[in-house]
Amino acid sequence: MARKTLLITTALGLGWAASAQAQTEIGMWYHGAGNEVESRIINQIVDDFNASQSDWMVTLESFPQNSYNDSVVAGALAGNLPCILDVDGPVMPNWAWSGYMQPLAIDASLIEGYLPGTLGYWDGALYSVGLWDAAVALYARQSDLDAWGLRTPTLAEPWTQEEFMAALDAARADGRYEFALDLGMAWTGEWYPYAFSPFLQSFGGDIIDRETYTSAEGVLNGDAALAFGEWWQMLFAEGYAPGTSQDPADRDSGFNEGKYAFAWNGNWAAVPTLAAVEDVVFLPAPDFGNGPTIGAGSWQFGVSATCETPEGANAFIAHALQDQYLAAFSDGIGLIPSTPAAAAMTENYAEGGPLEVFFGLSAEQALVRPVTPGYVVAAQVFEQALANIANGADVADELDAAVDAIEADIERNQGYGHDG
Amino acid sequence: MAMVSAENRGLRLAVRYAVLTLVAIIFIFPLLFMVMSSLKPQAQLLADTSSLRAFLPVGDISLQNYSDAFRRAPVATFMVNSVLVTGITVLLSLAICSLAAFSFAFLEWKGRGVILSVILATLIIPFETIAIPLLLMVSQLPWIGPGGLEFGWLNTYRVQIIPWVADGLTIFLFVQYFRDLPRELIEAARVEGATWFQVYWRVVMPLAGPVLATAAILKFLVMYNQYLWPLIVVQQESVRPVMVGLGYFFQLNTAWGEVMAYLTVITLPVLAFYLVLQRAFIASIASTGVKG
Repeated sequence: MARKTLLITTALGLGWAASAQAQTEIGMWYHGAGNEVESRIINQIVDDFNASQSDWMVTLESFPQNSYNDSVVAGALAGNLPCILDVDGPVMPNWAWSGYMQPLAIDASLIEGYLPGTLGYWDGALYSVGLWDAAVALYARQSDLDAWGLRTPTLAEPWTQEEFMAALDAARADGRYEFALDLGMAWTGEWYPYAFSPFLQSFGGDIIDRETYTSAEGVLNGDAALAFGEWWQMLFAEGYAPGTSQDPADRDSGFNEGKYAFAWNGNWAAVPTLAAVEDVVFLPAPDFGNGPTIGAGSWQFGVSATCETPEGANAFIAHALQDQYLAAFSDGIGLIPSTPAAAAMTENYAEGGPLEVFFGLSAEQALVRPVTPGYVVAAQVFEQALANIANGADVADELDAAVDAIEADIERNQGYGHDG
Repeated sequence: MAMVSAENRGLRLAVRYAVLTLVAIIFIFPLLFMVMSSLKPQAQLLADTSSLRAFLPVGDISLQNYSDAFRRAPVATFMVNSVLVTGITVLLSLAICSLAAFSFAFLEWKGRGVILSVILATLIIPFETIAIPLLLMVSQLPWIGPGGLEFGWLNTYRVQIIPWVADGLTIFLFVQYFRDLPRELIEAARVEGATWFQVYWRVVMPLAGPVLATAAILKFLVMYNQYLWPLIVVQQESVRPVMVGLGYFFQLNTAWGEVMAYLTVITLPVLAFYLVLQRAFIASIASTGVKG
């Protein structure tokens, strides 16, 4: 009897070992280290995938977000990239062009109905797909709008530039607020091009000419861009908004504490604001003449170029694109789920939910940042120019210098693969 | 006359202490801010930053930020990694750099002046300029491990230690100190029949306490504060050091109390190390005139 038991146990053990060995390991890097909720959800997706089939075993390594891109570039140089990568939407073209990534091979039906900002295309191929998007809105208090007799703008009828400035003037005249508008100048880095280039686009300019992607001449320093620059500088010169010396703590909590009448902020900050400001409303971007626009494109999944088992990596990404996971991320970290079906499953973005407006903003106003490998440098140049203009530099000189810097970078990189 | 002189001395002493106290306050306030902020909830922490309350343990004080910080990141793992990497590097550095310096200071061999100049010249090369070539090298280097010969040092302790074991500054400190030792001591030992290693080990090193402390502290600070190098050569959490771990706390809505709690915890080894070696460190600074 004991012998029989031993044989059965051994057989079961060998069977389990063989089954375990059959799963090919696939590495994955993710940017969310330190975010408990995000880590829990991504680990759940990985666990579910690993348990759902016997071919692949995804192993997850998380990185702090602020150094994630540097880690990936270093990994690429050292030939050490994993199969599955997490990539920020606007950075994807650079990594694809640099040869770090390969196109996705997932069924097109899986991404049907996805918000446009969640799909990363480069050179005609889909390289990345996101489980969520982010959107920016103008935070305000309904009681203020009512008290100042302001029309509540809608997606269909946003504020014009005149209405927007009238709102800022009303806030300033009220006297209860330190500043009429908080633009978030304390948040340096990608926030500047993500949050502020839509203003430029709404004026009729852009960071780069999207028809050729080889020049910024005329779009970043043309008449529309100059008008934007003058308006931008005026916001700080005339004291409507705190400038580059803004205290980061004020950026985090200034609107909620009543220091600012309006705040230009993302949906990720909306949940705490809902708790702090009873009558907060999230208004669409103003239309400065060329249509209202907000930024789009957040973190997305892709496959590294060196991945030897892309079928496994694609299988994982396909698995992750389930509405239940999109909804879980949204409920967990407040971001906008990529599909209407997933939005309907969430607490905040379902019909009648407190953040439903952000889904509409993403669907209606979103414009992805320039889809070019050169965006990484152009974004830094744009940030510097805007900071300098805010600090009083000559608008035309700054924008001309920005154009020169962007075009020099494009030339150094032989056009980044664009024909021109 | 004598009374006037005594009064002057008292006044000078008072002024000196006032200046020293002021300097001490300037240096201690950031640390005080860090510790006090680590005990406060986010809202109170932010509200207190605009007043002197930021430096006082007032309001809703608790250790909640510490428990939250330990839950957010594997703080103990990061601490062990940093202390291990730093400790081993410091020990190896003291041994290797002192041996090299001994050779430069006391042994007669051709070209030592040129080689010492080349080593000192490396002090002006920023690490950032050699980081990528070094990364490419270490990603291909061989190592004999438990599983036999393997290639690539990434995601290990050794990749964080070995490239930092020898450096120009530490060698320079030892050379300067050794050159000031009386040559008669060395010559007497040699006349008595001591080998060069015996001279190094039995004569020179027992006299090198101050420079050992200085080199150890400076190396400790460099290693404990490592950021760029581990960022690019370490992708696994299990071998990640404290400075890279700091990134875990910078989220979209940063919990500043947790940041301060984490900083307080990771500052403790640095303070402890300095307190243990401070007398020798000050003695070394006073005797060599080298500023850390």
